[in-house]
Amino acid sequence: MILGLIEHDRGKLNDLSLEMLTFGRRLAAQLGVPLEAILVGEVARPLTDRVRAFGVSTVHLARHERLDDYAPGAWAQCVIEVIAATRPQVVMAAGSDRGNEVMAHIAARMNLPLAANCTEVTPGDAYLVTRLRWGGSLLEEARLKGEVKLLTVAPQAIQAEEAVPAGAVAINAFTPALADKDFRARVLGRVEPAAGKVSLAEAKVVVGGGRGVGSADGFKALEELANLLGGAVGCSRAVTSLGWRPHLDQIGQTGTRIAPEIYIACGVSGAIQHMVGAKGSKRILAINTDPEAPIVTKADYAIIGDLNEVVPAISAEITKLRR
Amino acid sequence: MNVLVCVKRVPATGGKVTLTPDEQEIDTRYLGFTISPHEECAVEEAVRLTEASGGSSTVLTLGPDAATEQLRDAMALGIERAVLLETDGREWDAGATAEAIVEAVRAERAAGTEFDLLLFGNEAADTGGYQVGIRVAYALDVPCVTGVKELKIENGKATAKREASGGWEIYQVSLPAVVTVKEGINLPRYPSMPGRLKAKKKTIERIVPQWHEAELEKVRLKLPKEQESQVEILGNGPEAAAKAVEVFQRLGIVQP
Ligand SMILES: Cc1cc2nc3c(=O)[nH]c(=O)nc-3n(C[C@H](O)[C@H](O)[C@H](O)COP(=O)(O)OP(=O)(O)OC[C@H]3O[C@@H](n4cnc5c(N)ncnc54)[C@H](O)[C@@H]3O)c2cc1C
Ligand SMILES: Nc1ncnc2c1ncn2[C@@H]1O[C@H](COP(=O)(O)O)[C@@H](O)[C@H]1O
Repeated sequence: MILGLIEHDRGKLNDLSLEMLTFGRRLAAQLGVPLEAILVGEVARPLTDRVRAFGVSTVHLARHERLDDYAPGAWAQCVIEVIAATRPQVVMAAGSDRGNEVMAHIAARMNLPLAANCTEVTPGDAYLVTRLRWGGSLLEEARLKGEVKLLTVAPQAIQAEEAVPAGAVAINAFTPALADKDFRARVLGRVEPAAGKVSLAEAKVVVGGGRGVGSADGFKALEELANLLGGAVGCSRAVTSLGWRPHLDQIGQTGTRIAPEIYIACGVSGAIQHMVGAKGSKRILAINTDPEAPIVTKADYAIIGDLNEVVPAISAEITKLRR
Repeated sequence: MNVLVCVKRVPATGGKVTLTPDEQEIDTRYLGFTISPHEECAVEEAVRLTEASGGSSTVLTLGPDAATEQLRDAMALGIERAVLLETDGREWDAGATAEAIVEAVRAERAAGTEFDLLLFGNEAADTGGYQVGIRVAYALDVPCVTGVKELKIENGKATAKREASGGWEIYQVSLPAVVTVKEGINLPRYPSMPGRLKAKKKTIERIVPQWHEAELEKVRLKLPKEQESQVEILGNGPEAAAKAVEVFQRLGIVQP
């Protein structure tokens, strides 16, 4: 059996779990075993039908009065109880913050290896996995050992696809034996996101600036262009390290991943750790003084020139058009 | 308060990565080395916390002799002590790494140093395992918060914030604890010249840990398929602006 941990936040599904289930279903078919899922908390019960549509035959529903909000240790304990009772060959979750965290708790408690962010899996005695390294700018083929194979599925490794036909689903509700220790780290409160602002991760247009922008002040021209296009401003790590922009604006391996219709990269060299964060962009327009800069070869469009002249000229052109 | 911070030496790659012919490593002939940005922030946090509250800060790495460079870099920023868990250059998996770190923490304890806070990166830059900190927390039986971007220590408790869908989640754990941090928690300082000179003279404590067979064992590295895009040069300088706007119109970003 293959067991997938469904990720949700107080009942709201994280869609990456559907990619994970699609990945799990393929593997289950290959092994000729069923795909089952675990939902943590009664709040998640309404997700059963969604999960069924992805080919899950049994949902293990962990019910407990203290499972109304996220606690990684408690979630791990719930999964471990299902593992003990059902002996799955593979346990997987999405390669998200929570998915990677809960799986690492399980790995630590059970003393098993964990392969994070897999894109491919080939079963065997040891499983052969392909996984992301360097935030996805490199891949690794590795042998995953352990009696139960623990892994997470890299975001976008596969497209979420419902099962045809999807069968019936059985619900196995159980009450896990949870101790105070399982709740040592848990969500105690929240600060809700600020309303109204276009978030970098979701922006349709991103105007990004690198060291080439020259100063914090230099970003004014980029902000103007972003405003005209209804987009958000992003930046490279060189910029955050210099204190020109807050880290929330950083695109890349250790920053935000963007997926706009167009990424306008100004004075950014295109380092590999920056580009993994920009990979989701449909198009890239590079503005750079150096025609040999790596970003130029990775872009769809390029303007060779000083961004301090080019960016205001583009803004002026748009304004002219709209008058 | 005594703080331990764990860092890992990794190549500082640039615009393009090439692999060694045996596909086991990144070709580092022309590269320098660094640590993950998350870990740079963990180092900075350790320095700030001990500056504010007293106590000592220690940096630890498991790696080859050359990793003393990264330990000295951390000491140049204000970390007081450094421990090298010296390896022969083979790659240790996350389980074995955690075990070696736990052994070192136990040895420190036996010698009279108790760590109140153990700082890690959320994930290592190269392997991206997302697990060493959590494994260490379990082995030491202390709580763990991951992905932290804001940390306050007060009355023996750590209050930590982590980003979640545009907002923040708040956690609180009692010390001792493991906290794994993400870049953005602070803005690391640059080393000073006197700091560098002082770090150069410091001794580095060495332990040779017990090698464990990897349970997640690297077979080879691969470069992902490049979606080679044909770049269209729109022009040179501000004269190309009109061309750019044409592109925006074609893409529907600017209404024609
Ligand atoms: C583990 C690790 C993780 C990392 N994570 C990230 C990350 O998340 N995000 C990230 O961005 N980086 C990250 N980096 C850093 C990355 O390797 C680069 O150092 C960084 O992206 C470089 O930023 P930059 O392109 O702004 O600066 P530079 O590389 O200095 O490039 C500046 C560019 O501006 C151009 N330029 C200069 N003046 C002008 C002008 N007037 N007009 C037009 N063009 C001009 C230059 O030709 C050059 O191409 C990471 C590094 C490591 C080791
Ligand atoms: N070889 C190592 N030496 C010291 N610390 C390490 C080592 N490998 C990983 N770590 C620490 O554990 C964190 C998470 O690593 P990982 O679980 O491999 O992604 C890193 O950011 C470091 O803080």
